[in-house]
Amino acid sequence: MGRFAVRRLLGMLLVLFAISIIVFLIFNVIPSSDPASRIAGKNATPQLVASIERTWGFDDPLPAQYWTMMKLIFTGELISYSSQLNVDEQIWKGIPATFSLCIGAAAIWMFFGILFGYLSAVKAGRLTDRALTILTLVGISVPVFWLASVLLYYLTFKVQLFPSGGYVPLTENPLDWAYHLILPWTTLAVLFIGFYSRVLRSNMLDAMNEDYVRTARAKGLSERQVRMRHVLRNSLIPIVTLFGLDFGAVVGGGAILIESIFNLNGVGQYAADAISNLDLPPIMAVTLFGAFFVVLFSTLVDIAYAYLDPRIRLEAASR
Amino acid sequence: MSEKLLAVRDLSVSFATEGGLLSAVDRVCLDLAAGEVLAIVGESGAGKSVTAQTIIGLTRSPNARIEGSVRLHGAELLDASEADLQKVRGKQIAMVFQDPMTSLNPVYRVGDQIVEAIRAHREGMGNAEARGLAVEMLSAVGIPEPQRRVDDYPHQFSGGMRQRVMIAMALESSVLIADEPTTALDVTIQAQILDLLGRLNRERGLATILIAHDLGVVARIADRVLVMYAGRVVEEGTLDEIFYDPQHPYTWGLLGSLTRLDRPRPHRLPQIPGTPPSLLSLPRGCAFRPRCPHAFGRCTEPPGLEARLPDVPGHRDRCWLSPEQKRELRQVEGRIGLEEPAA
Repeated sequence: MGRFAVRRLLGMLLVLFAISIIVFLIFNVIPSSDPASRIAGKNATPQLVASIERTWGFDDPLPAQYWTMMKLIFTGELISYSSQLNVDEQIWKGIPATFSLCIGAAAIWMFFGILFGYLSAVKAGRLTDRALTILTLVGISVPVFWLASVLLYYLTFKVQLFPSGGYVPLTENPLDWAYHLILPWTTLAVLFIGFYSRVLRSNMLDAMNEDYVRTARAKGLSERQVRMRHVLRNSLIPIVTLFGLDFGAVVGGGAILIESIFNLNGVGQYAADAISNLDLPPIMAVTLFGAFFVVLFSTLVDIAYAYLDPRIRLEAASR
Repeated sequence: MSEKLLAVRDLSVSFATEGGLLSAVDRVCLDLAAGEVLAIVGESGAGKSVTAQTIIGLTRSPNARIEGSVRLHGAELLDASEADLQKVRGKQIAMVFQDPMTSLNPVYRVGDQIVEAIRAHREGMGNAEARGLAVEMLSAVGIPEPQRRVDDYPHQFSGGMRQRVMIAMALESSVLIADEPTTALDVTIQAQILDLLGRLNRERGLATILIAHDLGVVARIADRVLVMYAGRVVEEGTLDEIFYDPQHPYTWGLLGSLTRLDRPRPHRLPQIPGTPPSLLSLPRGCAFRPRCPHAFGRCTEPPGLEARLPDVPGHRDRCWLSPEQKRELRQVEGRIGLEEPAA
């Protein structure tokens, strides 16, 4: 376990380093991304731009600029170019909304993904399966922004059933918190419900032909016990992998669109604003934030995997 | 050896496939007495496994047509409800399958899988008690250090040991169906597993149906042998009758293809020419006719499974040749075999 943890930690540092370099380089080759002239504003004199370049260090060589930025991020002193606000503080402010959105949506998509996948596999070929297949394929194909707009139009504008957005902290009013999040949760979960139930369905259909399932039946277990303990249990292993990666990706910025549409003021929306302003410090910080979660959850997946499938040993996997 | 535990009468199983109705088992009859080992022998596709799995209702599916009768202690199983069958499976009839590497669930401890089998039929038995029983069972099938091994996962066992675990799960039952239990194992382990089955049969009176494609395997422990070909029983008799006085040319072929260490080795191991017929369209008359070097005009009429030798009512076969002809024709190079067609 110790060896595994060290390996993973080194791997994570390497990934974060590589990603930060790429983001930094991309930003510096984008035309009209020059931060000095952006800070100086329209109609700025060349003297002003030059003095800003000097004070902010934009005339330093790129490696030095990169080094300064990394130092500032990890000491929590990085300042946004466009709003002059502390980047780390802004991210911390966005975390409750982002986590509320992601954790809630994840619970919903796991529950319905597994439920629909299970029903679909058990009723394979019959009406329930076909109806669920169509439903989940629609869920996979529907673009998030379109679904969000439709939900907003009908359920908040026409019927006025739900608020149009905004985030109420859980600590302030739990009911209101959930009420405001129902639409964003649904929108985010739909795609994954479709995807997970398709994967689970085919895993379960494969598992049903396994010899150990026949053994379970020959033991005299009921069909329900066979399905729950042997078919579903073994079919969930790949679902856990998917979940780890998807959840990491969603926390790390996958929910940008939904946060913006429903005005949730989370990390994703912060990232969206930063991108539209070509504001490097928040883009860099949010990207690293996202990458951190992706790597973190893929590590958690590996640990869960060794628990779910005893044939896998972490020490062997990290060698 | 008198009381019938299991009586199968005219069991037919066919499956609806894209190519038409596939007749996998055709009017098979068999009896299993208490404490007996009955072997079912035949090539792949002869219907051995389908027969065995149908007995405990594992072949039930919307596109399977099952006819006939399977009686266990006099109670009909073919039209039993799924719930009633669950009470029979694992409690009265247990099954061991061909591939021990895949027959155990890889994610559960071996002990838990045995406990699951025990507790499926003993309501109210606690986990600890069932676990104690599982350890006893593992020790009964010859697994060393059962107290420790009970907590291991299947991948920590060798193939032979896994097959022992499968057999341990069957110890609660009075009938064991072993479906090619040694096919996936290497030869020395095969012998150990067969000896274990023989010992359980002797010591515990475990009635066993042993399915094999190799007569050599069954010679070790079987009391009676059923030879199947293309879904039908073509010959049935005691082990000695089948080995020393085989009546059906297919049985001669099976015997002829055995390697025997007590005789000089032929240049090349004899084989039965051709391949088994398609179960979608069986040849008219005797199903073995197209591969049989001794076929003659009458073989286009289907032969019944009858006792054709005087004084031996239990030895029955499906071949039109007369007993005298058979005695002569089955001698190939000084031993029993199926003559190979002149090339």
